[in-house]
Amino acid sequence: MSLVFAGVCSHAPGITGRAHLADPALKNAFHAEFRALGESLAAAKPDALIIIAAEHFANFFMNNMPAYAIGMADHYEGPIEDPAWLGIAKTRVPGNAALSQRIIKRVMDDVDVAFAEEWKFDHGIMVPLHFLTPRFDLPVIPVNINCQGPPLTPLARAWTFGEALRSACDALPQRIALIGTGGISHWPATPDSGKINEPWDREFLARWQRNDREALLDYTDDATYRDAGQGGFEIRTFISVAAAAGGRGDVRFYAPIPIFSVGCTVATMDVI
Amino acid sequence: MSLYATQKFLYHLNRDPAVQRRYQDDLPKLLQEYELDHEEREAILAGDIGKLYVLGSNGQLLMHFAALLGMPWADYIEAMREGVRKHGPVRAGIYAMTTSTEERVAGV
Repeated sequence: MSLVFAGVCSHAPGITGRAHLADPALKNAFHAEFRALGESLAAAKPDALIIIAAEHFANFFMNNMPAYAIGMADHYEGPIEDPAWLGIAKTRVPGNAALSQRIIKRVMDDVDVAFAEEWKFDHGIMVPLHFLTPRFDLPVIPVNINCQGPPLTPLARAWTFGEALRSACDALPQRIALIGTGGISHWPATPDSGKINEPWDREFLARWQRNDREALLDYTDDATYRDAGQGGFEIRTFISVAAAAGGRGDVRFYAPIPIFSVGCTVATMDVI
Repeated sequence: MSLYATQKFLYHLNRDPAVQRRYQDDLPKLLQEYELDHEEREAILAGDIGKLYVLGSNGQLLMHFAALLGMPWADYIEAMREGVRKHGPVRAGIYAMTTSTEERVAGV
């Protein structure tokens, strides 16, 4: 079959772990849209979910840091964080090693990618799954783009990686859903946590919605660090999804929620 | 300074329950396996989030460490500000503070 669904979402740990500290109406509206994204995803009847994340040292470290990695196991586990802190219980998540291997082999035609037969999920994947597949019953193929330990992969390469994932999906008999997850502008895990550059976010999302390759790639890491914080490096995940899906985006929810440390985002993109 | 070793210790600790048990049982012995300088070792032994932040520890590693220590969110954020008050600006890495030590960005 092919790619049957594409979307993006936030993954900040506060979304679940500090839900009680947010304005209830705003939090409820965001959580409802997050769950609705999961319902749309399920309606596409996927056999597996590829989730492009930007992990935070759950698996990969500066001793051997892959720019791109794809999981190749029959099951995963998470979260690595204290479950009470994150508000998500430790659980096992199904994978599909054979399917992963087919995807990895095809992606390798275009982009060198590391593979991992062990993979622990941190909040970067567990928060999205908590809303999208709350029973943790859909096989997941985790993908990581290093957005934490510079040097980081160029944005144009993230685009090529998205195209390679799409080619891999199109060559499969299975129905694949794709989710990218990251923050846009944010300064997490610092005293600045809660700082959000809303105009920058809205400009980025406008470029993303019209799937404007040239405009999406027209950011330097220096400018992103200055205007959007180190958390802004995670735009790579959104860029890969745009390249894979090829259509126009629809931002279903965007609102800065400072106690969650991020402009909370839920969006889908047409697959063409 | 051996920031790399400090961060590697935090990486191992955050993700591996066996290392977490060793952290509880005999932290000084565990730290012998990492090439830390005196300042880094003292900061880890004390669970000094503010000092580790100023030394340049990646914020994500530090946030997960603070969670492991059971620090409430507001205390964790304030500990980083206090670190900057006491020790000056962040010395390395990409998690520098851009707000003032008196600001409460998200109300905490």
